[in-house]
Amino acid sequence: MADNVKPRVRVPSSATAGEVVTIKTLISHQMESGQRKDDAGNVIPRSIINRFVAAYNGETVIDVTLEPAISTNPYFEFQAKIPESGTMTFTWYDDDGSVYEDSQEITVG
Amino acid sequence: MARGFRSGGAAALALVLAAPLAGADEVIDDELVINGEIPIVTQAPAPEHVEAFSVIRSGWTFRSPETQAMEMDDFDNPAILGVEAARDDFDASLGANGESCASCHESPEDLAGVRAVYPKWDDAAGEVQTIEMQVNECVTERMGAEAWPYDASRMVNMSALMSFVSRGEIVNVAIDGPAAETWQQGKDMYYTRYGQLELSCANCHEDNYDNMIRADHLSQGMVNGFPTYRLKNTKLNSVHNRFKGCIRDTMAQTFSPGSPEFVALELYVASRGNGLSVEGPAVRN
Repeated sequence: MADNVKPRVRVPSSATAGEVVTIKTLISHQMESGQRKDDAGNVIPRSIINRFVAAYNGETVIDVTLEPAISTNPYFEFQAKIPESGTMTFTWYDDDGSVYEDSQEITVG
Repeated sequence: MARGFRSGGAAALALVLAAPLAGADEVIDDELVINGEIPIVTQAPAPEHVEAFSVIRSGWTFRSPETQAMEMDDFDNPAILGVEAARDDFDASLGANGESCASCHESPEDLAGVRAVYPKWDDAAGEVQTIEMQVNECVTERMGAEAWPYDASRMVNMSALMSFVSRGEIVNVAIDGPAAETWQQGKDMYYTRYGQLELSCANCHEDNYDNMIRADHLSQGMVNGFPTYRLKNTKLNSVHNRFKGCIRDTMAQTFSPGSPEFVALELYVASRGNGLSVEGPAVRN
């Protein structure tokens, strides 16, 4: 597992039925591109988050493929329609096989 | 090409001259409230010892709406990553004694308000100390660990955490008593022209604030938002690092971060912002 990886999400805790809410996510990650060399001239191996998925009550909201050109600490902001109460789950997939997860409840009332 | 460049430059110069002279009494409508709950004073009446201005303004008031917005929500402020890293460091035991910052101070929030009065005179050390020097005193003397380099990211992060817990507190740096001599040294530096371009701090930040310096909008050079996350180098920058950049831009040999000269300058510049809120870690160009 890469060092100091920590997911953060910002989701409203409540919404009205059918409301479109804004969701912000950020994961701290060095996103090493695989293009750089160290002081000795050796290639620093690629180590990035390669996929990000957000799902609401099991239904995919977005599913993103990340490429090496994406910067350190990738940040996503997107919108989702919230039909009923449920749980938004967030999953980041690391090159090294690690999977980082976070989830947040949204109450419709 | 050269011709085009020259005429472009002349047009830009004409624009600058045509703009009203730096509007010292100009009222800025924008209000800075961080996370919708921490109101920040971004303009205030100038303290007595600042003769050049009637109103002092935080660097935030000079930035574009997009940059300003990044500071209004901690989720959008990239500097907060540094603050979080410093929180981990705060609890980590360092050195041989197995002590951490938390052994004495419990939580960073215990140190709320500290940033607002720094740099300040330290009786025991017999000198004016910046917050970085105070951190290092704890690290070396209390914890028996090796001193952190003044400008290391670890130190800048800790400094950012100290600003973070003091956000909204009004800057109130003491300039009298034992600090007076250092303050005067800082003031003299502020008005000293450095480098091949022969520029003093005052030439830009007093005489020309609110004007453009090439593509950048000159501020009053307040340091209440430091350490700042700069979009230009995408990391947190200490005050001394910024000083170094300014002096380098005058094409001079600079002082080192942590040097007595920069400590004096920081004291003086910080005192010019007495009345503004601690705003760091801020977002700037």
